[in-house]
Amino acid sequence: MITVLFFATLKDRAGTRRIELELTEGTQVRQLKSLLGERFPALRPALGSCLVSVNREYAADEDVIPSGAEVALFPPVSGG
Amino acid sequence: MFPTLSHEEILRYSRHLLIPEVGLEGQRKLKAASVLVIGTGGLGSPLLLYLAAAGVGHIGVVDFDVVDYSNLQRQIIHGTSGVNTLKVESARQRMLDLNPDIQVDSYNEPFTSANAMRIAEGYDIIVDGTDNFPTRYLSNDLAVLTGKPNVYGSIFRFEGQASVFDATRGPCYRCLFPEPPPPGLVPSCAEGGVFGVLPGVIGAIQATETLKLILGVGEPLIGRLMLYNALDMTFEYVKLKKNPHCKVCGPTPEITGLIDYFEFCGVPGFDHDEGSAGAGWDISAPELAARLGSGIPIRLVDVREPHELEISRIEGAELFPLGQLASRLSELDSAQEMVVFCKAGSRSARALELLVSAGFRKVKNLRGGINSWAREVDPKLPVY
Repeated sequence: MITVLFFATLKDRAGTRRIELELTEGTQVRQLKSLLGERFPALRPALGSCLVSVNREYAADEDVIPSGAEVALFPPVSGG
Repeated sequence: MFPTLSHEEILRYSRHLLIPEVGLEGQRKLKAASVLVIGTGGLGSPLLLYLAAAGVGHIGVVDFDVVDYSNLQRQIIHGTSGVNTLKVESARQRMLDLNPDIQVDSYNEPFTSANAMRIAEGYDIIVDGTDNFPTRYLSNDLAVLTGKPNVYGSIFRFEGQASVFDATRGPCYRCLFPEPPPPGLVPSCAEGGVFGVLPGVIGAIQATETLKLILGVGEPLIGRLMLYNALDMTFEYVKLKKNPHCKVCGPTPEITGLIDYFEFCGVPGFDHDEGSAGAGWDISAPELAARLGSGIPIRLVDVREPHELEISRIEGAELFPLGQLASRLSELDSAQEMVVFCKAGSRSARALELLVSAGFRKVKNLRGGINSWAREVDPKLPVY
């Protein structure tokens, strides 16, 4: 079981700020993104440009998500 | 050698001189320092005020806009009397009033790949207080290519981010976000709105980080992204690392010079509220009023957010918030004439792009949005 947190505009796109998910062992960040895209179609266009952290550390697409992880997705924001 | 301080300056900075981390030597470092702040808006306002107050000896200010009433809810360096005057001048005057001992150089021009190197020359630190992606990428690449730190801050509604990108010691902005998001994906403050105090918090954090870099004290936000949520009142941190494939700061960089980002990012770089979809795709407010008045059936598609209807609305328009448009195309008829509009015409320009790419041809963008309609057709409506 992992927790996924959505920040800024991603919260609106997903319609929620956090979800819990059951992942199979060895799931990579890239695969999680496509799972999220299937579950929340409105998220899909934003997934390519967002930053992902696993347990509060930057994660690359090929990083494996450990069980119990807290995954967070941050979109780039431009306001100033 | 660092410059000396006059008796007046010693009095002015006495609360700094009492802190061991600053002291006389630190205050002289501040006086010797030069900082370029890009943008005099929500982030730039507190930033410039605090850098000036702290005694940073040379501050550069870049902006090309004039002060607007809608800026004053958050851009506290400007006042009501400054509305319609140049932002850089309004900011410079306020800073020199606060601290006449510093030098403020203003650059009343859009910050572009053509002038960025020239403007930034001679400054030690770059501070990114801009409100659009093209300038953020420009500011980052400029900092990487010139080996200067880039003090970053960005805001959205109630949430803010800050970091210090110093490619000589850690990741850069592109390590996190290699490519700008596709056009229209991320709303600007003009479109998405922003809580007025939010840039105050983030701008003050950027000022703090800038002063720490100059003084060489504390733990800078290098390698960390700070995330602030005003509604929850939480500060969180994400540990960052250098991206070995980074296009600008990686070992084999693809980007070795400044790029023209305006096309690249897909949003107009200087004018986030331009409100036009391009030649042939626009209709003006009076033209639309005339067509509707002559009985031509035109479907009016409002792509704003639901809460904006409380501010103003055009009778007969149907709400299709931009974010929902792609999934609701089946509710529209490509055979029917259609006009899309938003507040000022830039979200609707993107809606139009989406519709055209989906095969719609009989569609126009209301140039300048419902605000133009309010100015030119229905003065009972407010402009916001």
